[in-house]
Amino acid sequence: MRPYLVLLRRELGSYFVSFIGYLVIALAIGEMGLCFFSLVQSLRNGSTPMPLVELFFATQFFWLIFLTTAPVITMRLFALEKDSGTFETLMTAPVTELQVVMAKFSAALLFYMIMWAPFVGCAFLVRHFVNDPSVVDLTTMGGTFIGLFLLGCLFISFGCLASSVTKNQIVAAMISFAFGVSLFVVSLLADQFASAGGLVTMAFQRIAVTDHLQEFARGIVDSRQVVFYLSTTGLLLFLTHRVLESRRWK
Amino acid sequence: MGNDPMIEVADLTKKYPGRTAIAGLTFQVGRGEIVGFLGPNGAGKSTTMRILSCYLPATSGTARVAGYDVFTQSMEVRRRIGYMPENNPLHPEMRVREYLKFRARLKGLGIVRSRERVDTVLEQCSLTGVSKRIVGQLSKGFRQRVGLADALVHEPDLIILDEPTIGLDPEQLRSVRQLIKNLGGKHTVLISTHILPEVEMTCSRVLIMRQGRILAADTPDNLGRALSGAHQVVAEIAATEAELREAFEDIPELNDCDLAPAEGDYMRCSVTAADGADVRVQIYDMARARNWRLRELTRSRLTLEDIYVRVTRPDGGEDRN
Repeated sequence: MRPYLVLLRRELGSYFVSFIGYLVIALAIGEMGLCFFSLVQSLRNGSTPMPLVELFFATQFFWLIFLTTAPVITMRLFALEKDSGTFETLMTAPVTELQVVMAKFSAALLFYMIMWAPFVGCAFLVRHFVNDPSVVDLTTMGGTFIGLFLLGCLFISFGCLASSVTKNQIVAAMISFAFGVSLFVVSLLADQFASAGGLVTMAFQRIAVTDHLQEFARGIVDSRQVVFYLSTTGLLLFLTHRVLESRRWK
Repeated sequence: MGNDPMIEVADLTKKYPGRTAIAGLTFQVGRGEIVGFLGPNGAGKSTTMRILSCYLPATSGTARVAGYDVFTQSMEVRRRIGYMPENNPLHPEMRVREYLKFRARLKGLGIVRSRERVDTVLEQCSLTGVSKRIVGQLSKGFRQRVGLADALVHEPDLIILDEPTIGLDPEQLRSVRQLIKNLGGKHTVLISTHILPEVEMTCSRVLIMRQGRILAADTPDNLGRALSGAHQVVAEIAATEAELREAFEDIPELNDCDLAPAEGDYMRCSVTAADGADVRVQIYDMARARNWRLRELTRSRLTLEDIYVRVTRPDGGEDRN
């Protein structure tokens, strides 16, 4: 347990002493600002039955935050260490591969959640200026954050896998970016073919991340989705672990 | 435990796709020894060190450190070694003390103990003055010492240093060399290096490798003796070649003499004696008895550099193990 905590602390710290950590946060705040702006615009045009946070996801900018930040947060995790050689000093210390994978994953996930903190600010800002307190209620906010967390688990764990298979950070970022875009496109396709039915459409609907998040934003936490995200994350982390371990295969 | 060897390597082989990095390596290193690994680039030194430090698995054969197998008991081994890889990778964004503390904690030291040890190694490696600086902004010499401090921080039984003195200026070189020398006895040290005088000065034993095999393993002195077979003595004497040849007949230990005219009236005689006998006194007596002037009389020892070149030369050396 101790190596895990020591590594977690270093990994998390490295986001905050490096340019990249602040860049990601700035990027995310910029994009959240855009979302917020378009949200306020749509509120000006009249009332809407959607909860505020769901409206947030309905803006087209919102998914940019996911697609751009997750690859940047995760690209350096293993690729940088392999490239600079520190992976060798890390793996010759008495730490297990599992501890390393879990520490890096948790650090990236924690950083990702910290990145979302300003979002709370946006919501409370609206609440402050709108006279109706029911616009932002805790259920939908809670649901949203659970959704963001679960989606984050999926994106970050894929980013870990992408970073573990290459020495090049840009390649790692590209792989996880492609993964994110594919998931996003699959969600769009699922919406388009919703009426067509069939096995493929059904499968697409199961992994339609945009729909999932919209449900979370309504305050609905569906156990099927929780299981989907957690098990996929588990699988991706297991694969990352195997990639690291493969170094020691004879 | 006391007399068990620190490193026991038996028939160790590592094959990369299409290339054999080390082939049937067998050697032992005793506790407290400082052993130097010498060899041309690609000889398999780094691969051997990576296997010993549990980073890479061997294709076949066994390697044990302090009695633990590096593959099946890797955690036990990793607790007991301090490894500094080639090119000394560090986290450039961290501060020196912060980095060493992180490494100490990672290697299982408690908070109080890690603070003590970090202070000790900072001092040992003359890093106290830069302990608050950022690693990435340090000069090469300082970074090298940070790597060394990292290898020492948890007081490992075995310290493996892959080319630790690259990029150091002469002053730093001397202090690092002294540091390594002081580690002997308490710690076992395995160093690989290209700098031959360094091995000669710090190591109690040398392993010379080429193409994945150990060609020679002995103390630097013994290697020199074994390779030269006999000592060579050089004398410059003012006499003619014929006179000298006749005079040398009287010295029975002499095997061979090679004469060449030198500056002035002198002849430069390079003579070798059998069984390592020292013939300097006989030569002096010979010159005095005949009233010849003698202006130089030296015994040449093979330096490690000569040994290294002889052993690693592709044609020779194979029969020297």
